[in-house]
Amino acid sequence: MRPETLVSLLAARASKQQVALVSHLETGEQTLVFHDRTAGDLELDETAISAARNALNDDKSGRLQTGNTPLFAQVFNPPKRMIIVGAVHIAQPLVILSQTSGYETIIVDPRGAFATRDRFPGVTMSEDWPDDALKNMAIDNRTAIVTLTHDPKLDDPALRIALRSEAFYVGSLGSKRTHAGRVERLTEAGYTGEEIERIHAPIGLDINAKSPAEIAVSIMAQITQILRNA
Amino acid sequence: MSETVIDLHALNHDDVVEKAAAWRETGKKVALATVIATWGSSPRPVGSQLAVDEDGNMIGSVSGGCIEGAVVHEAQEVMSDGKPRLLDFGVSNEMAWEVGLACGGKVEVWVERLD
Repeated sequence: MRPETLVSLLAARASKQQVALVSHLETGEQTLVFHDRTAGDLELDETAISAARNALNDDKSGRLQTGNTPLFAQVFNPPKRMIIVGAVHIAQPLVILSQTSGYETIIVDPRGAFATRDRFPGVTMSEDWPDDALKNMAIDNRTAIVTLTHDPKLDDPALRIALRSEAFYVGSLGSKRTHAGRVERLTEAGYTGEEIERIHAPIGLDINAKSPAEIAVSIMAQITQILRNA
Repeated sequence: MSETVIDLHALNHDDVVEKAAAWRETGKKVALATVIATWGSSPRPVGSQLAVDEDGNMIGSVSGGCIEGAVVHEAQEVMSDGKPRLLDFGVSNEMAWEVGLACGGKVEVWVERLD
């Protein structure tokens, strides 16, 4: 691998961009294929580039079946992420489930008393206001967003960003009545029915969950269902 | 419980390339091996990577430990001449006596040098 290819690859990974490294298995020439550009010394035709982008979207490395050239696409996707708004009790088991399921987990809660290190060891935390926090997180189609505060002051700003992001999952804790109020506020704020329907509410699969851990299981199960059925 | 969480989290991170680059930074020769294809039951999926430095240090894996030794050996050649190599491992392979896969699968590994 040429040094400049390695540098670009590391930069893409550091900034959590999706990228496929396409290698010619005989010559060793390589090109990085991003969604919007390519970079490298291996010349690829349009068919190969689009095959590499398909590999990116499918999150699946493999040989590119295009012509007789032995090409291999190595997919480098950032880890899936779960952003949890509200460092509440349910967040504690949810953090464990999401991390063991392979997510990088981030908790957003500007209320210092909730988001203490002791309650969430080893988790990235943001004490910014949810809309500011989410704006800075480059939310992509491998991100799930869960709001757990059921306080409009905190949930709504997060949802306003989430609903116009590429997040593959948006879910909000709260009763049907809480959700009805939420729908009303978002409608008033100019969000379309289609945008608002992205919210999974009441959150989680219906398994009659009662305890915080059970509710976390129902949320993790629903996120998995959406991810795998996509 | 907290330590378990952190460990499991670490397992899900695949940062072989970063570690390989860090070795390269220190001036060492480094080769990167990648699983290109698998047949039958093989422990690591396509795209799995192993980095090797000139002293034989390894990070990552391309199998459950069956072929790493042979890959490290080939990686030394790749580091000296800079030519990438495509390696085949499997029970039907002539190398099977040395590095046959206990699982009965087959795996193809591409080894390149970090220039």
